[in-house]
Amino acid sequence: MSLLSVQDVTFSYNASKRVLDGVSLTIEPGDSIGLVGESGSGKTTLLRLLLGLTRPSSGSITFNGTPLDPRSARFMRDYRRQVQVVFQDPYSSLDPRQAVLSIVSEPLRALRIPGDHRQMVSDALASVGLERNILGRYPHEFSGGQRQRIAIARAIVAGPSLLLADEAVSALDLSTRIRIVDLLKSLSEQMTLVFVSHDLGVVAALCQKIVILEKGRIVEAGATASILANPQHPYTQRLLSSVPRMPA
Amino acid sequence: MSALLDIAGLTIKTGTTTLVESLNLRIAPGERLGLIGESGSGKSLTAMAATGLLPPSIKATGSVTLAGQQIIGTPDHQLNRLRGTAVAVVFQEPLTALDPLMRIGRQIAGPLQRRAARDGNPLSGAALDKAIFDLMADVALPDPQRIAHAYPHEISGGQRQRVAIAMALACRPDLLIADEPTTALDVTTQAEILRLLDNLVRQRNMALLFISHDLPVVASIVDRVAVLRRGVIVETGPVAEIFARPQHDYTATLVAAAHAFDAALGEQP
Repeated sequence: MSLLSVQDVTFSYNASKRVLDGVSLTIEPGDSIGLVGESGSGKTTLLRLLLGLTRPSSGSITFNGTPLDPRSARFMRDYRRQVQVVFQDPYSSLDPRQAVLSIVSEPLRALRIPGDHRQMVSDALASVGLERNILGRYPHEFSGGQRQRIAIARAIVAGPSLLLADEAVSALDLSTRIRIVDLLKSLSEQMTLVFVSHDLGVVAALCQKIVILEKGRIVEAGATASILANPQHPYTQRLLSSVPRMPA
Repeated sequence: MSALLDIAGLTIKTGTTTLVESLNLRIAPGERLGLIGESGSGKSLTAMAATGLLPPSIKATGSVTLAGQQIIGTPDHQLNRLRGTAVAVVFQEPLTALDPLMRIGRQIAGPLQRRAARDGNPLSGAALDKAIFDLMADVALPDPQRIAHAYPHEISGGQRQRVAIAMALACRPDLLIADEPTTALDVTTQAEILRLLDNLVRQRNMALLFISHDLPVVASIVDRVAVLRRGVIVETGPVAEIFARPQHDYTATLVAAAHAFDAALGEQP
């Protein structure tokens, strides 16, 4: 059974314009999928639907066969445990007034997960390559890359099966970006990853599958290697040929 | 040959913190230089210092000469003459670079009229309209009648950046400084704007200082680069040479990371 299944989903903020139009997508356990699109492609809206923050105007989304129901607190509590998110800007996604222990353990408290939270936070920090002894420190003491590691630790502390990342490395410098991509890549061996990005190079380095969105529609989807080597849709071709390349 | 922009021993400080230290850069007329650096490296500050736009709380020492005129310590009213004729700047975010309350046509008219007045043949009426539309055609803005009457929020990001470039060109500067001009744009739009800049700089024989954190973008438009790290230039030379054989560890790290993402994209078409 697929982990997450999106069937013929349409979404409009108002009647005149469809932000998503007939989007269907299946995410299997263990997948690492890059959702690629430019501004206005609907990639952020699709991510909001996957997070259960908004409901589709029509069509359905099922998680392990159960329809996503943002209005059911009970369903959402279990869903939040299974599905976690990392956002773009590590400077705004961490509460500046909370210490690392409190930030990273928040999902454990919110989801009322029993156990030794301190130990679980320590383990999550270790698995994102941070020292265990930073529990009492505050976000401003860390660099952008370290903050993003803290945000990733928070996302994985409750042991989700699916990690959603929204432009999670776009705000980082190149030398930091490559290390966070490496981290996400190693995490993707233990959980399913959906990585939303405008950056094809990053997606190519990280994801096994690619979904290309243009103006609310999926124009092409498939294995990363085959799409890069042999793009079928004119938009994918244009996107690929627009990426600036290193001099040979 | 005398340099158009000659920066020698530029140090920029705020309070006791040194932001840029003993920086040297020369750009000859018609030459293109890329300034590569990560956030906080001081690349934008260097551009601000080159145009005398540093805020009063930030102190620059050393020497910056632009078209033979010393910039450091020169009062604003004297620099105003230089800005536009010697140098114009295109910034990263065209939405904040443009006046949100002024129609596009009038914004482009501003620098056109100032330049014309300076040259002693003021522009107005039909001649001004023609100059505006000519310039809009030069930067390949579609549907000029509509866009001239539009406000910045009514056009796309790529179109806004074209307007910002048109305004810089209106000055007919000898040096164009482009500070991350495509960073806020989609990748397909970025490709169009890079082609446009490349053509315009060549046609008008302008010098270009192109500031960016993106190595392949820089490589696509300049011949020579300087790599800036924490306010210090660690390496400078021809793009091909620096990317092929970086001498400094920091440059090597950046080049390796850029190559890793590039390699993931597969063979180049």
